[in-house]
Amino acid sequence: MADTESKELKVREKQEVTSPAEQTTPGLVFTPAVDIFETEKEITLLADMPGVKSDDLIIDLRDNTLTLSADIAPVDTTAEQDILVEYESGRYYRQFTLGELINQENIDAKLNDGVLRLSLPKVEKATPKKITVKTG
Amino acid sequence: MIYRRLFDFPTLRLRSPFGELERMRRQMDRLFEDAMTPYQRPQTGVFPLINLTEDKDNYYVRAELPGVKADELDIQVTANNLAISGERKIAAEEEGARYHRREREAGTFSRMIALPGEIDSDKVDANLENGILTIVISKAEIAKPKQISVSS
Repeated sequence: MADTESKELKVREKQEVTSPAEQTTPGLVFTPAVDIFETEKEITLLADMPGVKSDDLIIDLRDNTLTLSADIAPVDTTAEQDILVEYESGRYYRQFTLGELINQENIDAKLNDGVLRLSLPKVEKATPKKITVKTG
Repeated sequence: MIYRRLFDFPTLRLRSPFGELERMRRQMDRLFEDAMTPYQRPQTGVFPLINLTEDKDNYYVRAELPGVKADELDIQVTANNLAISGERKIAAEEEGARYHRREREAGTFSRMIALPGEIDSDKVDANLENGILTIVISKAEIAKPKQISVSS
């Protein structure tokens, strides 16, 4: 990872959610940038969600669909006047379909510095049991 | 029948002498529109994107920096410039991990912001919480608005 260390970060526009379902609550909704990787034992998901507190994050897993949604604590700027506005904040929403069976009981989620780290352990495959057929 | 077809064909229509002028004017409008769009949302394209606000006493600079630790961030103020630089690191994961998505990026960043007025460089407060950096910069006494009472 030597080449990434000197790399300069480029601005990336926050992606607004373009879901077929219409929003019923006002405000902008963004898609968080994620890393997803898989090892033998688990699937790990990292998501950038600046401004999200752990209480405001909802992680839902049902029918192989993982849903991340988060509200952000709004910053009170009513007494301030804007000089420069380069980014906007809003809620986060993203859905994933998981191909593997997940051990729901051992899901682990950590939120640090605005980055979510979600560990989804795979269900251990049942070891094939050998059945011997007796003769006679 | 053949006449009709000729007359319906758009390029064979008789043009008014001002038609061409009108078309050029429209093209110019479009050109200006394109040139104007960046001004509607000022953006330098330098990471991190910031929001700058002010009130009577302070300037507030906010930036989204998820995954950046406070000790990896370097903030400096001079005269009326604010420099934010640092590095965003993404730890290497264990060997044998297969990536399905890789959208998050690591790298260095540095940005200089010229504040619109004089500041008090001794009264700068920076706070990094949940990946959001907030810098509160006190305005210099001379730059603060003063209420002037009108005596009658």
